Amino acid sequence: MKALIDENLCTGCGTCIDVCPVGAITLSEGKAKVSDECTLCGICVDSCEFGAISLPKVGTGELPRDYETYRGIWVYAEWRHGTIHRVSYELLSKARQLADKKHVPLASVLLGYRLNGLERDLFNYGADIVYVVDHPSLAYFTDEAYGNVLAYLAKEYRPEILLAGATSIGRSFIPRVAALLKTGLTADCTDLDINEEGLLVQTRPAFGGNIMASILCPYGRPQMATVRPRVMEACRLAETRSGVLERVSVPEELFKSRIEVLEETVCEGPSASIVEADVVISGGRGLGRKENFRMLEELARLVNGAVGASRGAVESGFADPSQQVGQTGRTVAPVLYMAVGISGAIQHVVGMQGSRIIVAVNKDPQAPIFNVCHYGVVADLFEFIPEFIKLVKGGC
Amino acid sequence: MHIVVCVKQVPETQNVKIDPTTNTLVRQGVASMMNPFDRFALEAALRIKDMDRDNVNITVITMGPPQAKEVLIDALSRGADDAVLLSDQAFAGADTWATSYTLASAIRKLGSVDLIICGKQAIDGDTAQVGPELATLLDLPYATYVSRIEFLEPRVLKITRQTDEGTAVWKVPLPALLTVLKDVGIPRVRSYRATLRARRYEVPIWGISDLRLSKESVGLKGSFTQVIKVFSPQRAKDRTFIEGSVSEQAARLYELLKKQGVPGL
Ligand SMILES: Cc1cc2nc3c(=O)[nH]c(=O)nc-3n(C[C@H](O)[C@H](O)[C@H](O)COP(=O)(O)OP(=O)(O)OC[C@H]3O[C@@H](n4cnc5c(N)ncnc54)[C@H](O)[C@@H]3O)c2cc1C
Ligand SMILES: Nc1ncnc2c1ncn2[C@@H]1O[C@H](COP(=O)(O)O)[C@@H](O)[C@H]1O
Repeated sequence: MKALIDENLCTGCGTCIDVCPVGAITLSEGKAKVSDECTLCGICVDSCEFGAISLPKVGTGELPRDYETYRGIWVYAEWRHGTIHRVSYELLSKARQLADKKHVPLASVLLGYRLNGLERDLFNYGADIVYVVDHPSLAYFTDEAYGNVLAYLAKEYRPEILLAGATSIGRSFIPRVAALLKTGLTADCTDLDINEEGLLVQTRPAFGGNIMASILCPYGRPQMATVRPRVMEACRLAETRSGVLERVSVPEELFKSRIEVLEETVCEGPSASIVEADVVISGGRGLGRKENFRMLEELARLVNGAVGASRGAVESGFADPSQQVGQTGRTVAPVLYMAVGISGAIQHVVGMQGSRIIVAVNKDPQAPIFNVCHYGVVADLFEFIPEFIKLVKGGC
Repeated sequence: MHIVVCVKQVPETQNVKIDPTTNTLVRQGVASMMNPFDRFALEAALRIKDMDRDNVNITVITMGPPQAKEVLIDALSRGADDAVLLSDQAFAGADTWATSYTLASAIRKLGSVDLIICGKQAIDGDTAQVGPELATLLDLPYATYVSRIEFLEPRVLKITRQTDEGTAVWKVPLPALLTVLKDVGIPRVRSYRATLRARRYEVPIWGISDLRLSKESVGLKGSFTQVIKVFSPQRAKDRTFIEGSVSEQAARLYELLKKQGVPGL
């Protein structure tokens, strides 16, 4: 199977040949021709200004037998140390809009042990119903127990759409739920919408963020997606909003996990918190020496942020590997990402491009980091950062 | 002990760039490589083999077009024992469900498997879903984001995994599936002897008939998710260069960020 060319529309311009990442398109007799190498990635479809390229359709066209019985939107409520993770509120706010558009109820699912009271804010952020499963086996996260229970609930209550945060927990056990339910799952979405047919349109970056793809799940139910933290706005609807709290008991065997949790540790200090922090100040090879990272640490401390690093900086020994942002490091999406003395290699950019505001400080105006920033500061970091710190100190 | 390592061939991201004028993806050459995280998966398996060379057997497996054989040869040259290529026109366009489904059938056909190791994610799709889905389809326990693998007993692992806020240590009985991070060890280089062997190795190619799968259950037909539109991200459309002397630059940036409500400022 391969991308389809409409020969009546193809002008033989050759644009698609250049964009195909696997080199599967050639020109033959003035028309584009797709070889068996095609991986159906869809990049060419967008590149064709004549609309001559399309992809074949997924699935066998058969809707699930009981498809009409799926109704409503669910948001998995993630918690840490007795508080709901912000991404769940962000998702509830977005899902509230989607539910209103579809005129269906919005429910949230809370799994854990002794989580009394946590449901209140789920209502305040838009949930009409909260399902709670409370069990000692859910005190610690394991993929098996969490996955089994969520899949069981989804089978019982049949939501049409099921959403979760693309955190390390969501990205780990939600695929299990999708596999148990035998349905599609779109990872790491940055936008969600409902189309005219009432289907969930899931938009996500691919190829290291170089392209965006919009994805449907026409023949699987529920339609499932994980969504990146911080791309959606959390909006509290009321101080006390009422809703239906339903405590569900599920078969005991679902809690069985072959895995045993021996230990869980929370790392203190600037390095481990880069994923959670609102402000990340990252340094690159431009800092020159490990000691110079202290400047960034001071700035981070002042704004209650965390210090990240490029691989260049990590390899030079300026920073700890746990601080690395990028393809082989952590993915972060803070409110403010400040890249200091970082050139902006694609492998770095994929780990931070979801940030709300990106500031680049670099003395080379040609540095590629300036292509992805919102605010560019062409300056010597050793002059700029101390100036900036002075202002932040003054403002505090 | 039989370890299966799942590897994927991906386009080299250095060569995937945005054309600044047309804002479309440009590719120079058709360079492809083994998914970087899968090199760590292979390394993790090789380190287990190092501990007991005669009793550990490593099979690398990939689903992809015929040229994906290159990543298998590469893995054999670094010390894997066997390789299988899953390639069939019917496999094209598979989403993570259809990929996991096909890999699961192939792993069942391999027979007894004690440990499956996948990369954390593939850098083309970045989904990180194939590992957990594959484990679920094979009904195996699994752990993701693994940074360290140790043995507690011959058939019980103690693994350390990265969480968003720290680490967790889990006891995992075999058979199981792990997806690994770069922390498991620096991938080794090709060895001369293994490279010679890899060159002579005849990689078996399995298609739908070998796996006894129907055309409807694999590839695009067996997939649930459909890409309906692909477009370039709007990047830095409102980029502002902050001009002036260094102290002016600092003051302007500070005001701008403060106005936008950056926490802590
Ligand atoms: C498979 C693979 C995976 C990778 N994964 C990652 C990853 O996860 N994360 C990552 O970051 N990288 C990753 N890389 C590496 C990446 O390609 C780059 O090599 C790396 O990001 C460069 O780090 P850097 O920007 O700090 O260093 P450099 O590229 O050396 O850039 C230093 C910058 O500092 C500027 N500078 C110097 N002095 C000053 C000064 N006084 N004031 C202001 N600016 C100054 C320079 O102009 C330059 O732009 C990966 C590479 C590969 C091949
Ligand atoms: N086509 C494939 N063939 C073999 N292994 C794969 C394939 N696709 C994904 N994998 C494995 O699954 C991991 C996660 O991939 P992904 O879910 O695509 O991000 C990879 O690191 C590989 O180990």
